[in-house]
Amino acid sequence: MTGGYAPGRFVRLLAWATLLYLLLPITIILPVSLTDQRFLSLPAERLSLQHYASLIASPAWRGAIWQSFWIALASTALAVLAGTLCALGCWRLSRRSTEVVRALMLLPLIIPSIVYAIGLYRYFGRLDLLDRFLGVVLAHGVTGIPYVVITVSTALAAFDARLEQAARGMGASLSQTLRWVILPRIAPGILSGAIFAFIHSWDELVLVLFIASRQVFTLPRKIWDGINENLDPAMAAVAVLLIGLTLVLLLADLALRRARDG
Amino acid sequence: MRRDLGWWALLAPAFLLMTAFYLAPILQVLAISFTEPTPGLGNYERLLTNPAVQRVIGTTLRICLITTLISLALGYALAYVIALASPRARRWWLLGVLVPLWISVLVRAFAWVTLLRRQGLVNQGLQSLGAIEAPLALVWNETGIVIGMVHYMVPYAVLPILGAMREIDPRVLAAARGLGASRGTVFFRVFLPLSAPGLAAAAMLVFIVTLGFYITPAILGGGKTLMAAEWIKLQILDLVRWGLGAMLASVMVVTILVLLGIFSRVVNLRRLFGAGA
Repeated sequence: MTGGYAPGRFVRLLAWATLLYLLLPITIILPVSLTDQRFLSLPAERLSLQHYASLIASPAWRGAIWQSFWIALASTALAVLAGTLCALGCWRLSRRSTEVVRALMLLPLIIPSIVYAIGLYRYFGRLDLLDRFLGVVLAHGVTGIPYVVITVSTALAAFDARLEQAARGMGASLSQTLRWVILPRIAPGILSGAIFAFIHSWDELVLVLFIASRQVFTLPRKIWDGINENLDPAMAAVAVLLIGLTLVLLLADLALRRARDG
Repeated sequence: MRRDLGWWALLAPAFLLMTAFYLAPILQVLAISFTEPTPGLGNYERLLTNPAVQRVIGTTLRICLITTLISLALGYALAYVIALASPRARRWWLLGVLVPLWISVLVRAFAWVTLLRRQGLVNQGLQSLGAIEAPLALVWNETGIVIGMVHYMVPYAVLPILGAMREIDPRVLAAARGLGASRGTVFFRVFLPLSAPGLAAAAMLVFIVTLGFYITPAILGGGKTLMAAEWIKLQILDLVRWGLGAMLASVMVVTILVLLGIFSRVVNLRRLFGAGA
């Protein structure tokens, strides 16, 4: 898309500056986490892994990481199961009749989580789900559904519906068709949705602030307390680990897309 | 119809989960705003009479507007360069825009605190360069909030704008040039109008998302500048004034849905939430 038409110098400069602005805070954390000082700063004399060591040695941080991991895993399973089935149903049934269902599934992307959080706080109080593993899994699972519905719908849009009709025509039951014909084709889409649902739960804080307190204490919650109480370099080490994990998951998703587009 | 029954059943788990554990709690918030502390429109009356409520709404709208404008400007410049780049360069630019999109909000807020606080890296750097005498107040105020929020929103602005720009036929631009238009004229008379739908979609998306922001303003605002979400939290967790908190939450949801409703008449929403995304 050039045709002798290129952006001017000013716009180019602005774009580079913006890119720098986007990437700077994420990259500056790495040297800060390697500081040899006892406070948040750039390394003065040498690089040091002491803050990573203190992180791993701390049972509080380890506990928070484990809890976050299990919650993310369980809520991803929930979101993938419900979201995939829903996307399949919407795909096969006519657009018009499933319009309301689709809109409903996208609501968590539109409504601010603070509104959902205060609603859940009250709602879970009555169901005795506050500060419970199950409660947080349900909340994260339900809000993870949109990501799965979107990625699976995208995968299904590229799937030839005649394959499904052929399978059914040759006598395959619905479950057989799903298992052997449709699922293998949309597996990358499902996995992609799973990755985003996992990141969503792993990073989620607003809901956790309201519906969890002592029993359930996730990693974002621990970071939140850390930021509000004491800013020590161990926080930078956690931040680097989190960024690293997100990058790995995103690269996995990128590889999936490559494989799918062949 | 009977044949479709199995397919309808597939919708059931998601539908039931969504209704029981998403829709119900949100509808309850709406209900609370009319029933507590006393049934009626008392909470909504505060919108007109209570200066504290009005101040929060004013602050929120102001910060959201500023954030939206800056995000659009930066996002447009980025999208413009990306759209006109070679396919190879485009992939790298896009990576640079998309990676921040998925990095935890909390991690980013923490990084900004590290950079912007009084003894932070930016102030230290500027001081050692001799550019400033005393450290600048870059965080724990409105400036900090805007810096953090714009950082979050730029990628959201880029995507719809880029989508619209890539639909522009390059031959139109070449034709305009060939007919003697200057570069400025081509941009303002051809390129900008053709990319306007993307700009509008981006404005809507950014504004809606910023309205409900909680974490970034809470951390970078330092408790001094209250935006709507933090104020709601304060009412409910600290002051236990459910009615008032639920009222502002309801106003927020209704505002967002109304904006989306108006907007869906102008631009195809699928572009935003996409069959693709």
